[in-house]
Amino acid sequence: MPTDPPGPGPLVGAHTVAFPGGYTRSTGPVIGRFLTELRDGRLVGVRAASGRVLFPPTEYDPRDGSPVTGDFPEVGPAGTVQARCWVADPRPAHPFDRPFAWATVLLDGADTALLHALDMGEGAGTDPPRSLRAGLRVRPRLRPEAERTGAITDIACLRPEVTGVRDTGRLDYTVRADAALTRYLEAQTEGRILGSRARSGAVYVPPRDVDPADGTPVTGDVELPPTGTLTTFSVNHVPDPRAPQVPFVTGYVRLDGADVDLLALVSGVDPGRVRPGMRVRAEWLPPGERSRARPSIRWFVPEEGAEEQAGEAEGR
Amino acid sequence: MSAANPAHVAVVAYAADVHPGGTAAAEPALVHRAVTAVLGQAGIDRSDIGFTCSGSFDYLAGAPFSFVGALDSLGAWPPISESHVEMDAAWALYEAWLHLLGAEEGSGIALAYGFGKPTQGSLPDILARTLDPYYLAPLGVDADDLAALQARAAVDAGVCTEEAAGAAGAPPADGAAAVLLATEPAASRIARARGVRPAWITGLEHRIDMHSPACRDLARCASAEQAAAAAGVDKGPVHVAELHARHLHEEALLRAALGLGPETEVNPSGGPLAADPVMATGLVRIGEAARRVADGTADRAAAHAAQGPCLQHNLVAVLEAAPEGGPR
Repeated sequence: MPTDPPGPGPLVGAHTVAFPGGYTRSTGPVIGRFLTELRDGRLVGVRAASGRVLFPPTEYDPRDGSPVTGDFPEVGPAGTVQARCWVADPRPAHPFDRPFAWATVLLDGADTALLHALDMGEGAGTDPPRSLRAGLRVRPRLRPEAERTGAITDIACLRPEVTGVRDTGRLDYTVRADAALTRYLEAQTEGRILGSRARSGAVYVPPRDVDPADGTPVTGDVELPPTGTLTTFSVNHVPDPRAPQVPFVTGYVRLDGADVDLLALVSGVDPGRVRPGMRVRAEWLPPGERSRARPSIRWFVPEEGAEEQAGEAEGR
Repeated sequence: MSAANPAHVAVVAYAADVHPGGTAAAEPALVHRAVTAVLGQAGIDRSDIGFTCSGSFDYLAGAPFSFVGALDSLGAWPPISESHVEMDAAWALYEAWLHLLGAEEGSGIALAYGFGKPTQGSLPDILARTLDPYYLAPLGVDADDLAALQARAAVDAGVCTEEAAGAAGAPPADGAAAVLLATEPAASRIARARGVRPAWITGLEHRIDMHSPACRDLARCASAEQAAAAAGVDKGPVHVAELHARHLHEEALLRAALGLGPETEVNPSGGPLAADPVMATGLVRIGEAARRVADGTADRAAAHAAQGPCLQHNLVAVLEAAPEGGPR
């Protein structure tokens, strides 16, 4: 009923058109058969005189208006997306209150498509998912049997076929450092880098107990300078616990006096400017943050950049 | 290669370095000790080895390519002929054995070794990663759960007692083991120098069952039966058998599968229940069985190794002092 707000201004009011209790529409023999089968959990089409299978069924072939046959073959349940659109901001009437798609889907065995909501998952955002495209294989998700009434909404939605499973497993280890690794990490807490010299004269870093080239025990540890040359590198775009900011650079550093490379993070330089042959210098964690449980070298920086904070490092 | 063929390959040295309480020593150090020990026994040099094969499981350390790191202890430069199986090292020995059978005359010494440090992680959880990722792993069922399923099946079928089925399994140990294989003339030369007998491999076979324990009759071990028959276990008396059984019900199932009677001494070394250096445990069975043949306390021995849930994959070796037909 219109209401009249006090004072001047436009006169507005709510207005509703509805049949009390709803409007009952007869289904006829074809759509009625389809909805009855759907309520029972089956997806049937109807065969047209031409042999085509119409799904959802109609009483006539929309192509030529000819009456359909009495054959109701089962179709699907899988189908293929044809047309689709992305609904980033659903309205109240929409079947979802989060982003989803509308799509036309040709169920297997059918010659006409079904339009329905396509649920691309809870994680979908305002941009359409990349996998939403023509050819996407989907299946209907039916409402539970007790909730089905014989309506197209007995199909709650369509959703993509399963193409992967997510493995969320993790394994936790307690790693025990051997003697060589323990010496290496303990020396780093004092700002020293240890390597070991093999009988052949080769210097390995981190230190080892055995020369990997010939299997002989090494002769002992040597101390190496915190400077070296970057021999190769890669730019990483997937965050790592040790380098949460992407992109970050990992590289092989040949410390001066060493014969093998040390794998390390490289920082203090734009990733696009990193080059093999670049001179680098270790940047240490502040003494208070060092622990023998992990390397105390934070990363390597270009040698010039490192010199700017050399005083800081020497202040340890 | 069936047991009917004359044996050409012998186990000539075996060593293990096992730490039931775990160790801080890294994998290469464990391998180094075991490999150095077998070379010392045989009185040969690393350069005398024509082929090397290792068995290990990177998930034990949780580090990719940890098996490559272990090569550091071998002295792999200049490059050596080398291979690896992501399995118990008994299967590495199988590959080394095949390599020697197919090798040119006179090139015949091969090294098989296995290693692992299972005490750093949770072995049941780690082994669960080897399960079918669609139907088994998502359930959270682990190797111990599956062993318990098989134990119950074995009790119901009368294969073992309730007490055996309820006994604790083998606690994992860190460790490594190495075995040297040789063809003639190296086999007899090395054995003579050591004052022992070559342990000739007269049968070596492996068979595998379906993966899902739900698809199998858990009260028997069909693939172990087939491997034992193919290896010719029943072609003569078995004085000693070393079985890769991490639980007592598994020992009962394997005794039945290999057809071992009361006259066979089973797991005189203590077996995996005494020390289970995961990924070397199967190779240790072969090494321990060969040791008994080598020292003359057994003329014919069987060794068994297993992998997978509920004894899915089984390898059986027969070792003899003087095989019928004799070595070449």
